[in-house]
Amino acid sequence: MSKDLSGSKALSWVGQGLLYALFALFIGYFSTSPPYRHLAADQALIKLSFSLHGKLVSECRQRSPEELAKLPPNMRAPMDCKRERSSVTVEIDLDGAPVFRHVSIPSGLSKDGASTVYQRFPVVAGEHRVVVRLKDDQRAAGFNYSREATVTLLPGKILVIDFNLEKGGITLI
Amino acid sequence: MSMSDRSHIVEQSVGLRFYLRLEHGFDAFFGAELNPWRHLGALGFLLFWIISVSGFYIYAVLDTSVEGVYQSIAWLSREQWYLGGVLRSLHRYAADAFVVVTVLHLLREFLLGRFTGFRRFSWLTGVPLIWLIYISGIVGFWLKWDQLAQFSAVATAEWFDALPIFATPLTRNFLSAAAVSDRLFSLFVFVHIGVPLLLIFGLWFHIQRISRAEVLPKRALSLGTLAMLMVLSLAQPVTSQQPADLSLVPSQLGFDWFYLFLHPLMYVTSAGMLWALIVALTLFLFILPLLPHGRASAIARVHPDNCNGCRRCFDDCPYAAITMVPHTNGRPGMQLAEVLPDLCASCGICAGSCPSATPFRSGPELVTGIDMPQMPVSILREDLEERLEKLSGEQKIVVFGCDQGARVADLEERDVASLSLICIGMLPPSFIEYALRGGAAGVLVSGCRGCVYRLGNLWTEERLTGAREPHLRATVDRTRLTIAWADRGEEQALAATLTEFKKTLANTPAHHQIAPPKRMTAHV
Ligand code: HEM
Ligand code: SF4
Ligand code: SF4
Repeated sequence: MSKDLSGSKALSWVGQGLLYALFALFIGYFSTSPPYRHLAADQALIKLSFSLHGKLVSECRQRSPEELAKLPPNMRAPMDCKRERSSVTVEIDLDGAPVFRHVSIPSGLSKDGASTVYQRFPVVAGEHRVVVRLKDDQRAAGFNYSREATVTLLPGKILVIDFNLEKGGITLI
Repeated sequence: MSMSDRSHIVEQSVGLRFYLRLEHGFDAFFGAELNPWRHLGALGFLLFWIISVSGFYIYAVLDTSVEGVYQSIAWLSREQWYLGGVLRSLHRYAADAFVVVTVLHLLREFLLGRFTGFRRFSWLTGVPLIWLIYISGIVGFWLKWDQLAQFSAVATAEWFDALPIFATPLTRNFLSAAAVSDRLFSLFVFVHIGVPLLLIFGLWFHIQRISRAEVLPKRALSLGTLAMLMVLSLAQPVTSQQPADLSLVPSQLGFDWFYLFLHPLMYVTSAGMLWALIVALTLFLFILPLLPHGRASAIARVHPDNCNGCRRCFDDCPYAAITMVPHTNGRPGMQLAEVLPDLCASCGICAGSCPSATPFRSGPELVTGIDMPQMPVSILREDLEERLEKLSGEQKIVVFGCDQGARVADLEERDVASLSLICIGMLPPSFIEYALRGGAAGVLVSGCRGCVYRLGNLWTEERLTGAREPHLRATVDRTRLTIAWADRGEEQALAATLTEFKKTLANTPAHHQIAPPKRMTAHV
């Protein structure tokens, strides 16, 4: 009684098989191919990443007795410390040329959190002269940390520039 | 009101026409019933279950620590290729197919304009599912902790760091091997398994407004899909790449483009651009159904005096838009159908199911238990009578079609009358007998190959073969009836079926002396 305008039985089996195969090929192919190469074969990568608290913007100050008297009794702390921290400035020179300069503002509403930066520099593999300068104290005249090194990077190698006080400041790993 | 005046028929866009040609192409091989394009949602469910079952096994046997996972999964593929290895491949390929099927499901619903009105809910609850699939899928790639995992994890971290939400950048978790802790890895496992649990909940929500949602494809389609994935898993087993090494940039990577295409896209644009793109796309999908989309059609209306509470409309409504409430006539235990306006698709399938919708009822006015105000069953009867009367020739044929499928008006001739219903599921079977008794030599019933209102052609077939109430009476000569499913644009194929039908009729002498036309409506 019912017709659905479709083809013959044999044709339909073969056709179904082919369509399933086509779908399988589609899935099978794009699940691995075409291959992806993120960096060209002769490149290496320098990553700059740090997360550090800049120095406090101002020194703590002794409150005078008059000042203390004006404060509500539960807030009469003898030292007045501003929580705001310095922003952190970082500069990188690569093979003698400046390639990066960034001023990182402390996080948090009252600017009392960490300053962070993350930057990638793809470079041609081989020897490079890296100079890193960092300043975490607004009141200091120049950069209060710096590090220079000549590194040899094999293709695909990642060099991480980080900051770690316990390890003496700027680190190159 | 005459039924042929109605002209609210959807225009077809180029994309839609192209798509329909593709879908029809598949009908030639799969038949309308098994055509995968009409069961993309159900296929999605099937794939989800394949992923879940295979995933359970892998999780049970894996050592999910940063140190152990790589070796442990390599062992699975090498030493236990016949079980763990196959399941691992199935897990991956089913996940890839899941994305493909879901995106196609979305595109299909989009092209067919199925995101407004009563479908708004299904659409809006569908959109977040894509996010969940991608979150779980991408994190899944990290669990094997090879170079692909490393690349994807770092790229994702860089992407998220573009948002000012994390106090410590996520990328710092992947600066060196020492930074990747078991704790972090447990978090990945938690996300990879936890998000699919949300997905189950989301799926349940997604089909809430759909009665008898097809949550598994028909057997043949399920088995075919499973067999295809098995063959693929055996032919090209999934393997890991080099182990992750955070001091190196992964070299050339075998790449899963279904999930991980986002990373290359980010590197050729920027993290911000990728966010903008994805947020814009998501917003577009969410806003689409909220834009004004023309006038809604009238919804079904219940006439309590003619409703005996039989629940047939309740059973047949494809969108669970009918509830049964205590009858207003106060008789104890008696029920009354009630339409939930927000859910009603205005399809008329309920009118076709109501026992009171028979044209043989006498009386000046045919009032049914449930009816469509824009096309009441009484008008349908009037129209049928009028058109039959105007036919001339030896073999008069009545064609019942629907506004969504092939244009049956194109078939009209001296001896052929057509009536187009909102959905063919709106046709009470007794109308066929009525037409035959009224002088028609044959009746052709047509509708979409895959019902726009989901269940219209299924219910029609069941009613006409006697498998469902209200059924076409057994005494009706079945040689006088033919059903042909044809979509809009397939008028020629339908015309060919009609010609063939006419030939068969000419060669089949009528078993029954057909009673002279007897008018049931008083006022014509
Ligand atoms: C995880 C992925 C998904 C699965 C497994 C899925 C599954 C389903 C199923 C089983 C149905 C019922 C089909 C029927 O029985 O007729 C359905 C309907 C529907 N889906 Fe999805 N769906 C998914 C994602 C989506 C997405 C992303 C969208 C669009 C944004 C969407 C939009 C719709 C619409 C509009 C309907 C209603 C169709 C109608 O009323 O005829 N779905 N889905
Ligand atoms: S018109 Fe369709 S959706 Fe509305 S109540 Fe009737 S069967 Fe349900
Ligand atoms: S099918 Fe008709 S009689 Fe039966 S419950 Fe629905 S409206 Fe009432």
